[in-house]
Amino acid sequence: MSGAPPLLAVDHLEVVFDTRHGPLRALDHVSLEISAGEILGVVGESGAGKSLTGTAIIGLLDPPGRIAGGEIRLNGQRIDNLPPEAMRKLRGKRIGAIFQDPLTSLHPMLTIGEQLIETIRTHLPLDAAAARARAIDLLTEVGIPAPEVRIDHHPHQFSGGMRQRVVIALALAGEPDLIVADEPTTALDVSIQAQITTLLKRICRERGAAVMLVTHDMGVIAETADRVAVMYAGRIIETGPVEAVTRAPRHPYTRGLMASIPSMRVREASLHQIDGAMPRLTAIPPGCAFNPRCLGASARCRVEKPMLEALPHAVACWHPVAGGPHG
Amino acid sequence: MLAFLVKRLLNAVGVMLAVAFLAFMIFRFVGDPVELMLNEQASQAQRDELRMRLGLDRSFFVQFGTFVFNAMRGDFGISYRNQQEVFTLIVERFPATFELVLVATFLSLAIGIPLGVYSAIRRESLGAQAIQFISVLGVSLPSFALGILFILLFSVTLQWLPAFGRGETVALGWWTTGLLTPSGRLALILPGLTLSLFQITLVMRLVRAEMLETMRTEFIRFARARGLPDGSIHFRHALRNCLMPVITVTGLQIGNLIAFALVTETVFQWPGMGLLFVQAVTFVDIPVMAAYLIIVSFIFVTLNTLVDLTYALVDPRLRQDALAGGAHGR
Repeated sequence: MSGAPPLLAVDHLEVVFDTRHGPLRALDHVSLEISAGEILGVVGESGAGKSLTGTAIIGLLDPPGRIAGGEIRLNGQRIDNLPPEAMRKLRGKRIGAIFQDPLTSLHPMLTIGEQLIETIRTHLPLDAAAARARAIDLLTEVGIPAPEVRIDHHPHQFSGGMRQRVVIALALAGEPDLIVADEPTTALDVSIQAQITTLLKRICRERGAAVMLVTHDMGVIAETADRVAVMYAGRIIETGPVEAVTRAPRHPYTRGLMASIPSMRVREASLHQIDGAMPRLTAIPPGCAFNPRCLGASARCRVEKPMLEALPHAVACWHPVAGGPHG
Repeated sequence: MLAFLVKRLLNAVGVMLAVAFLAFMIFRFVGDPVELMLNEQASQAQRDELRMRLGLDRSFFVQFGTFVFNAMRGDFGISYRNQQEVFTLIVERFPATFELVLVATFLSLAIGIPLGVYSAIRRESLGAQAIQFISVLGVSLPSFALGILFILLFSVTLQWLPAFGRGETVALGWWTTGLLTPSGRLALILPGLTLSLFQITLVMRLVRAEMLETMRTEFIRFARARGLPDGSIHFRHALRNCLMPVITVTGLQIGNLIAFALVTETVFQWPGMGLLFVQAVTFVDIPVMAAYLIIVSFIFVTLNTLVDLTYALVDPRLRQDALAGGAHGR
């Protein structure tokens, strides 16, 4: 990591859902940092808390969910305790969001121009004509052909991939420093996925924006991200540069994840899988949450919770796997 | 779009023919018109002569064809009771009913939509709970009881508003309106409110349910993630998505309102079509009853068709004409 202060710093974030049976802790001391111009991939199974982390950062946690502890800082300014109106002004302006399904994230009855211009004018002091010109520029930037014509079309007149480009243009409308992309490629065809990840990388490079890329797809992370954070049962269990984590995973869980990616080089009869399932929030085992599924678990793993190390390539495990590429 | 239009129009014509058939059957089953029109001393020759003059000696299908053909030209025969042309009689009464229905519809939207939006976005508030409670009353209270309560309170006790009639009206060609005179406007308030109360609660509950549904959608979440102000999210984004069902229900309910105006018109002695029909029933004035049936059905069917066509205007996805530019990517 460079010496510049991180653009986004999440520090021991805790998110709790208040239920009839008492509070459920969905995020447990999640800490991460993203610098300007950097893409952090956040990866994990469904329910690991990766989308929830993104939702907490953009301040859209709905009750019964709430932030119960920790801090979120953007450019050094705390944003997790801002009043709702101040947080609203920040959303779209300094933090842009991209959601999973471009088919449902655009308003079906408004033209994409109307949606873009409204967002632009919410955050920037432009008149209608200037905002329209800017909307066309944004559409050009995300690679929509003939933007001066397409701007007056409705979402249903675009294909899935083109719609996700429009969603990205909307996320960029207020010139945000940070983009939280929640599964931006999951709903798309594989051939379109690469186009969207390339676009994200280009935006990150050209604008110097920080990108938090939430996905369950380790392949997308490997292609796109600079650093990666692996989440399991509401905690970050391993984080580090993509190269290091993918080539030499140190946590048994990450190792299992990497081994379950199909390889082009080696022909295998069946894919590797990790036995068992991630625990529900109501039944997180004491000690390391992964211990029931871990082959190398010891007595200590069942009692004591391992903390994330303070290293560039850090792991939260009592018995991390020694270096060396996985088989 | 054209195929859609043609299909809807054909549907409408089919429904109208079925209604005309029913109206025609009233004549045949309620009694022999010849017996009704002639006195008991009339000779067989006189009976046969009248039967021939009315075309009743011809076959069933010819008679039905003539009935439909005449109805299309607005010829519904002559009222048994006051010997006037039925069509003129109904057309004279139509503006009164239509204005009442228009006012009721306007009230239901102007009051129902804001209340619905409010009770959806401030779901937990005391005001929203109170509105929900009152709306149950609105749904369950019959309009004749309400009308009489209104008369008792506003006309008898407070003496603010007239208890019956249309007040002064102004003639604009064949149309008479009460909207242009102060007494006409005052006279519209009580019957308008009475007729619209059920409608207000209907619109309100519909808007509330649709708003709650829409507020959970992804595009609202994305709009919030872009930092759009609440006012815009609620009214520009969410409410717009709710308007389709509101338009449908309002359009369809206008037909219902015309039909239910019958009760309100009776309570307030409002000189509309409904009152005419009620009077026709008491005098077994069959041509008036048949004509009322056909005309109200015609309004119903026309509104239905218009509502279908309005969809295309509100929802761009149903408009297939602007599909240019092609699909990229996928």
